[in-house]
Amino acid sequence: MLARPGPDAGEVAWDNYLHLRDNPAGVTEELWQHDGGCGSWLVVTRDTVSHVISKVEMAADVKRAMQAAS
Amino acid sequence: MRVASKGLIDRSKPVHFSFDGRTYRGFAGDTVASALLANGVTLMGRSFKYHRPRGVMTAGSEEPNALITTGTGARREPNVRATVQEIYDGLVTRSQNAWPSLDVDVMAVNDLAAPFLGAGFYYKTFMWPKRFWEAIYEPVIRKTAGLGALSGESNPDTYERAYAFCDLLVIGAGPTGLMAALTAARAGADVILVDEDSVMGGRLNAESEAVGHQSGALWAAGIVAELAAMDNVRLMPRTTVTGAYDGGMFGALERVNQHTSKRGGGAPLEAFWRISAKHSILAAGALERPVAFQNNDRPGIMTAGAVRAYLNRWGVAPGRRVAVFGNNDDAHRTARDLMAAGVHVVALIDSRAEAEIEGFDGQVITGAVVCNTGGRKALESITVRSEAGEEALQVDCLAVSGGWNPTVHLTCYMNGRPTWREDIQSFVPPPGAIPNMTVAGACNGVFSTHGCLSDGVDAGTAALKALGKKAVAVEVPVAEDADYALVPLWAVAGKGRAWLDFQNDVSVKDIKQAAVENFRSVEHMKRYTTQGMATDQGKNSNVAALAILADATGRGMPETGTTTFRPPYSPVAIAAMGAGAQGHGFAPERHTTSHKRTVERGAPMIEAGLWYRPSYFPKAGETTWRQSCDREVGYVRKAVGVCDVSTLGKIDIQGPDAGKLLDFVYTNMFSTLKVGRVRYGLMLREDGMVMDDGTTARLGEHHFVMTTTTAAAGNVMRHLEFVTQCLHPEWAVSFTSVTEQWAQFAVAGPKARELLNGLLDKEIDNDNWPFMACGDVSIGGVAGRLFRISFSGEHAYEVAVPSRFGAALFDELVKRAEALGGGPYGMEALNVLRIEKGFITHAEIEGRATASDVGMGRMISVKKDCIGKAMAARPGLVDAERPQLIGLKPVSAEGEMTAGAHLFEREAEAVRVNAKGHVSSVGYSPELGRMIGLGFFAAGPTRMGEVVRLVDHLRGVETEVEICHPVFVDPEGERARG
Amino acid sequence: MRFSGWRVLREGLTGNKGWAPHWRDPEPKAEYDAVIIGGGGHGLSTAYYLAKNHGMTNIAVLEKGYLGGGNVGRNTTIVRANYGQQGNSEFYSHSLKLWEGLEEDLNYNAMHSARGIINLFHSDGQRDAFARRGNMMINQGDDAELLDREGVRHLLPYLDFDNIRFPVYGGLLHRRGGTARHDAVAWGYARGADQRGVDLIQQCEVTGINIENGVVKGVQTTRGAIRAKKVGIVVAGRSGQVAAMAGMRLPIESHVLQAFVTEGLKPVIDHVVSFGMGHFYISQSDKGGLVFGGDLDFYASYASRGNMPMMEHVMEAGMTLMPMIGKAKVLRSWGGIMDMTPDGSPIIDKTDTEGLFIDCGWCYGGFKAVPGSGFSFAHLMATGNHHAPAAKFRLDRFRTGAGLMDEEATGAQHNLH
Repeated sequence: MLARPGPDAGEVAWDNYLHLRDNPAGVTEELWQHDGGCGSWLVVTRDTVSHVISKVEMAADVKRAMQAAS
Repeated sequence: MRVASKGLIDRSKPVHFSFDGRTYRGFAGDTVASALLANGVTLMGRSFKYHRPRGVMTAGSEEPNALITTGTGARREPNVRATVQEIYDGLVTRSQNAWPSLDVDVMAVNDLAAPFLGAGFYYKTFMWPKRFWEAIYEPVIRKTAGLGALSGESNPDTYERAYAFCDLLVIGAGPTGLMAALTAARAGADVILVDEDSVMGGRLNAESEAVGHQSGALWAAGIVAELAAMDNVRLMPRTTVTGAYDGGMFGALERVNQHTSKRGGGAPLEAFWRISAKHSILAAGALERPVAFQNNDRPGIMTAGAVRAYLNRWGVAPGRRVAVFGNNDDAHRTARDLMAAGVHVVALIDSRAEAEIEGFDGQVITGAVVCNTGGRKALESITVRSEAGEEALQVDCLAVSGGWNPTVHLTCYMNGRPTWREDIQSFVPPPGAIPNMTVAGACNGVFSTHGCLSDGVDAGTAALKALGKKAVAVEVPVAEDADYALVPLWAVAGKGRAWLDFQNDVSVKDIKQAAVENFRSVEHMKRYTTQGMATDQGKNSNVAALAILADATGRGMPETGTTTFRPPYSPVAIAAMGAGAQGHGFAPERHTTSHKRTVERGAPMIEAGLWYRPSYFPKAGETTWRQSCDREVGYVRKAVGVCDVSTLGKIDIQGPDAGKLLDFVYTNMFSTLKVGRVRYGLMLREDGMVMDDGTTARLGEHHFVMTTTTAAAGNVMRHLEFVTQCLHPEWAVSFTSVTEQWAQFAVAGPKARELLNGLLDKEIDNDNWPFMACGDVSIGGVAGRLFRISFSGEHAYEVAVPSRFGAALFDELVKRAEALGGGPYGMEALNVLRIEKGFITHAEIEGRATASDVGMGRMISVKKDCIGKAMAARPGLVDAERPQLIGLKPVSAEGEMTAGAHLFEREAEAVRVNAKGHVSSVGYSPELGRMIGLGFFAAGPTRMGEVVRLVDHLRGVETEVEICHPVFVDPEGERARG
Repeated sequence: MRFSGWRVLREGLTGNKGWAPHWRDPEPKAEYDAVIIGGGGHGLSTAYYLAKNHGMTNIAVLEKGYLGGGNVGRNTTIVRANYGQQGNSEFYSHSLKLWEGLEEDLNYNAMHSARGIINLFHSDGQRDAFARRGNMMINQGDDAELLDREGVRHLLPYLDFDNIRFPVYGGLLHRRGGTARHDAVAWGYARGADQRGVDLIQQCEVTGINIENGVVKGVQTTRGAIRAKKVGIVVAGRSGQVAAMAGMRLPIESHVLQAFVTEGLKPVIDHVVSFGMGHFYISQSDKGGLVFGGDLDFYASYASRGNMPMMEHVMEAGMTLMPMIGKAKVLRSWGGIMDMTPDGSPIIDKTDTEGLFIDCGWCYGGFKAVPGSGFSFAHLMATGNHHAPAAKFRLDRFRTGAGLMDEEATGAQHNLH
């Protein structure tokens, strides 16, 4: 979700990024934003069946880690 | 009738209220139900389908029969439980769902038609003749359906919403809850103790048994007093926890003033709470269930526990010749209490052949059942069937007990399903159903008083442990600890109808019928018969109906399953959950600094999102908005107009990578923009559609100010935050919204510079401030900003000052504009001006248009990536046949055009397959002397000069229009540059 | 057995002993010509039309729970054909026509009532957007009227015209829109399909889809393996999981939508009314309860329950729009699993696996589509060709950008539709 394809990545990569979803009935990673607050974007690990949140990270931190790794 | 020396009511405070037009006397502490019973009134309602006479059956919020309407006029409130409504002087109540009166209800004729009105009958008929369904059948059904009636008038009462936080939320203040709260509170936890009832104590207030050598009620009052004195405890009586939600959140409804006549002003009728609890204890007790037998629904038939409640709590004997019928030892208490209070107990009937009855020396019939009753509007007799045969007894009140159902509901609100316990023949909560909730006492299947007290302490201790607090010793007082000895009895065999769901008139026969028709799953049975769908949501019938269904389908209880429960536990008024939103409370109002002055000038204000903006500024003598609008357009085209544009989003962007950010979110280049210049930018969504447009000014090497449209400001801000946090956190850039920090005004027209030079501390000219220049200026010593940009196409500027100077600047600008033959202009004129220039708004970029659709395909720079670039190149989005932006003008000068009309080829029929485009914006152009518009047409730019047909079926407009270039006035754009 | 007033009368006079099961409970066979995964509204109507229109009766509907236990049993019962985008317009138009003949066709009283829908608008811009939609409706051959403020007041005098935060400018009226009894529709289709020989298998969860060389062979279920040449996936919010069994990833996100019903009241709202400045819509059922709802909760969920913020927002919208409902008490709240697509419009299409078809993406608008979806999906499954009214519901339209039907115009973010 934070891995935006490059401009020439092609139709399939972009379709994958923008439209297709694993959509699990279970643990998923998703983006939330603290709207009406500090405006921070968060990567939240949450169970879509029980709604239990198991992890919250600042999206910027996650993205930076991804950039460092690649 | 009243029983002297019994009851917790205050006999020193008589209260008068009315029911169906007659005045009755009760006492402070009475409910409508107890007061009516005390006055010998047993007929309190009519059932939903068959309009059978009904009396009160319970003493709590689960009451299915005695539903009344309270209040008059706009304050009228339907479907109030007579068992919950406390009386106060002047309370007006009426029965429901009966006509012409409760006593003589014409609709009772339905009962005679019962064989034809069984479960699901309406699915099998009412289909012919076809038009009769909507013309006759349905209106009749709708009129006879429903219980109470709303007044139809706007709700005049006030409600509030409130928030509370605690370590421990204890739900239910009976013996279990009181001990749990005490245990936790003494250890220093922040405790909120909630109870539905007006007096805390739960069943203890309804029983005559002792706790710790005191009456249970007195003991409870003592604990409540101790808790009330503690700072770390909040007591909330008259409060029902309505739902359990994620993250330890609970909804609760507090009946703040329902028991008083105080209304309006600072006296909210009800308050809806959001309570955030680290831990919770459900101590919600149990509800008694009746037994189904023929005619088990007559007024005077109640649950055994309710009879005790009326006797012990309210000092009322609900009859003079009472019989008790049950399948368990608990029912015996009713017989004992009544006898001790001097009420004649005709017989104690126990279905268990081996029942042992203690402490009661009246007539006892064991191994027997009640199989029928007599008396139409009030119970007169019962028929008892035993080994010896059938016997009729004269009885005016029958206390029935089929056992107790733990109040598990809350534990099911987060997808939990209750578990069947064979030993107590009821359902109990599944463990761990609600995170951080402990279940204790009767709602967990613990039915003795001692058991509950002890369980409460255990639950409190467990909660303390979870909270990391140390428990303080709490002594469990002495109390009865009898076994719950019950033999299941769901329904008594018989020919007539035995009722399960009293309100919806669902009988044992109906359940069996559903099973025959293959509605065998419990969900199907419930939906087909409507059992459990009345206002008690099955509290009085679910378990029994399940048992009947299990039996009818040859399955056990666990196998048959159960329906789930959903919030709210008891019904909650929409006004309570939506408190504060009536009228203007629904959303904030955003006012510009010129708002006051604008309103003073009589400008009608229109909503633009949350903002208010002037539609036009009427002048004396003008009778239509068009006159004002035409005049204001003239100001801008010929003199100078002033318009408050503060509502447009303004985002201050700074940092070495500010240029990179702008290059990425805009389709065109911004990093190359010179300091002191403004540029128009187009912003796409990642899917390639236009998100917004606006201008961004470069005030410094690392300093930009972006503007957005009013509507999209929030979205754009969110977008920038997404980009800089989720995609490019490595960029050194910061930004913040400054929409409210700067008051900004458009000054537009040939005399704009003249006006400004009268205000600016330093004069400007075409050389030092050319078109699209920007920078800091000083106005009367105030530091402001000036942007030479134009939405009107005229020589125009936008001048900005810190908001606190906005009102003064607006006055000054308007004064000077008027002196120059111009004045303020509003949204209507703004719209005409921009349409004349072919400038798009969100009417055009409505979320489905691409850059090339609006003729700006070339604004997507080939030199760089940007949001939306890749997806904008999808084949479906670059199709030349797509509807694209065009200008429109009627062929004839008087031709009418409307926004929302569709466009067709001249000779084509106005049907969907021929629709080629639509009209997005229209306005009357004084300069062209006719209507003009913008719209979209398939391959529009290739059709210039051609005539097509505009059809607006809705407004009856059909006009031949010419496709033209969208810029109608000054197509070379010279005026703006002069 | 035929249902009718005479039947009810006769049975009533003879002790109601003649009523028969509305459908059988057959054991699943080892093989069928076609298998429908999902026994909700769309699955049942698909089976019905496969049997009725295409003579395919050797088919089975496999439902993991009880028939009609999903969204068809928990929606706000609105039926309408008032869409503005090409593709949607013709589909719902066709579906509405099916509704209008439904009781006769099914011999089941689905209680379909064209009580009229009014979509309120609160600004000139919104009015024009609704006008565009209304004109599309009339272009399609359906009905629409543009009411001004007084026109709305005449129909809905109980709205707060004086104090409301966002004044009512007018409304788009669609007279043929209305409501129907949701359970009855599912049961009617079930009975109709069953009467034509379709096997309805309940408590039968599909656990795998058998595919060999790109051709579907059948399914694995909790009640055994079943061979079939054609398999249709019609499982709404569960589409992701079932499609994954075929190795597919869908453009679907499953979200929770809450809905509410009040205690029964005497008639007070005769139409279906929707608010224009907050997603809120309300009508009154024949039993008297006010049925209403609003926006999604906005987070992905399979829990079929929502939380207080959105619940309260829905109540707020109700109170600002029609304060007379204030003293109506909410009796029950619930939620469903909405299969949201990037443009908010559905998918009825073949897949890359031969013989495997999918019908999903109805977001929160599936109820009104029950007849049309079944009709069109049956056509596709039976003939291999797209049914004209549903021809644009392609799975690949997101990848190609061709034929997007974004009614809300919010773009490729699933929870914004």
